Amino acid sequence: MKHVIIIGGGMAAARACINLRSHDFQGEITLISEEQHLPYDRPPLSKASLIAEDEPQPIWLLEPDIVKSLQVDAHLGVAVCKIDRIAKQVILADDSELPYGKLLIATGAKPRSLGPHVLTLRDYRDALELRKRFKLGQKIVIVGGGFIGLELASSASKLGCKVTVIEAQQRILLRGVPERIAKIIHDRHVGAGVELLLSTVIETITANAVKLQDGREIEADTIIAGIGASPEVRLAQEAGLVIDNGIACNEYMQTSDPDIYAAGDCCSFIHTQFDGRRVRLEAWRSAQEQSATAIANMLGETKAHSAVPWFWSDQYELGLQITGFADMGPVTVERHLSEQALILFHLAADGRVLGASGIGPGNSIARDIKLAEMIIAKSLKPSMQALADPSVPLKSFLRG
Amino acid sequence: MSNWIEASTTEGVNNEDVLRFDYGGKTFAIFRSPDDKFYATDGLCTHEKVHLCDGLVMGHIIECPKHNGRFDYTTGNAQGAPCILNLRTYAVKIESHKVLINLE
Repeated sequence: MKHVIIIGGGMAAARACINLRSHDFQGEITLISEEQHLPYDRPPLSKASLIAEDEPQPIWLLEPDIVKSLQVDAHLGVAVCKIDRIAKQVILADDSELPYGKLLIATGAKPRSLGPHVLTLRDYRDALELRKRFKLGQKIVIVGGGFIGLELASSASKLGCKVTVIEAQQRILLRGVPERIAKIIHDRHVGAGVELLLSTVIETITANAVKLQDGREIEADTIIAGIGASPEVRLAQEAGLVIDNGIACNEYMQTSDPDIYAAGDCCSFIHTQFDGRRVRLEAWRSAQEQSATAIANMLGETKAHSAVPWFWSDQYELGLQITGFADMGPVTVERHLSEQALILFHLAADGRVLGASGIGPGNSIARDIKLAEMIIAKSLKPSMQALADPSVPLKSFLRG
Repeated sequence: MSNWIEASTTEGVNNEDVLRFDYGGKTFAIFRSPDDKFYATDGLCTHEKVHLCDGLVMGHIIECPKHNGRFDYTTGNAQGAPCILNLRTYAVKIESHKVLINLE
């Protein structure tokens, strides 16, 4: 195989370039991204990039000199029009045709839109636009009480904006975060002066107001949607690849075409660590891990993806981290590290740990969440009593 | 020039663990390895300047609590994504149950 093409410009794409060369791949690597920039880090866009006093620069995942040293041919600001699987080539918007031996699709996910009056956050330019608007006293209305919406609420509130979050469900973070922890985050937002409207349905949105079904009208200088993201599957779908909540991959991150792999937010895959459950993960570290699995298999290994998912969210001084799946285990065990720091373990009926969710100031829960991840990876069944006892180090379960 | 500073007592750092030590406006991390040797590095991750003392020590590796970047604390070497830059390390000696680090 002489030529690998990577479509996408985020974490999975960047790591693919690095992983190909670290596996000693000698052929050509072409990276095609619609964005004008080389791959950069997105997590700061909802947080540090908005709060920093000076205009932030993108944090590169591939520095220009690294791109050069890896001998990656980067086509930036160019869209791919079509994947021609018969001829094994991709066709770009400028009509050029690039042949591939293997292809990696890492196109990410795009935020769901609520129409012309509503901003979304996806890329660096979006963050710059929000920066201009997050000024003292500005009325910011955020639709959606998920991670993006709440991180934006935290940033806007820190900058002295008057923030309202509108959530259709009866609580925030309904998807993937236990109620006990969502409540702590909820209360923190309320304490910061954010108005959280739950079970609230929107009737219409105009340029400067959100009208609710109950007749209320919320004035807004800026309206932002954080109502989830859809996997970017158009190219794959038009090329006839199987789609199932994203580009459908097997446990090797391989699509229904054996020469095409996918990684990151755009795809779903079979997770062998969790009883073969098909998952799609919108998570920074998982994009790196999926990319590593895809590249290893593309180069001839047979490596099923087994990395335990992990993600974080920072809001105010609180750090949330979740590993595994918080919604899988029917049994919950609480471990109180301090008055402010709490970990919930999510256990299967047979005692196997399937997930752990932690919240606390700063990084207070990070160490135990990491250990929980290792316990999950080893399919261990620690005693519930010991899990609940913070004087029993989690490390002790991993020894022997 | 040597500049040996007492960072902790030997009992102050648990086996296979890390302790934060602040001195002269800087922050350091003091490590005790599973084979009971002591090491010292800069205290902040080279990726986003997070305190490594909240991270997990496994063997000779410290993992950053924020984004899971890893370093070999015995050499300071970054062990892959997202960390690229190595951690600075400092010489350590033990004298009568005190952990001294050389901030030359």
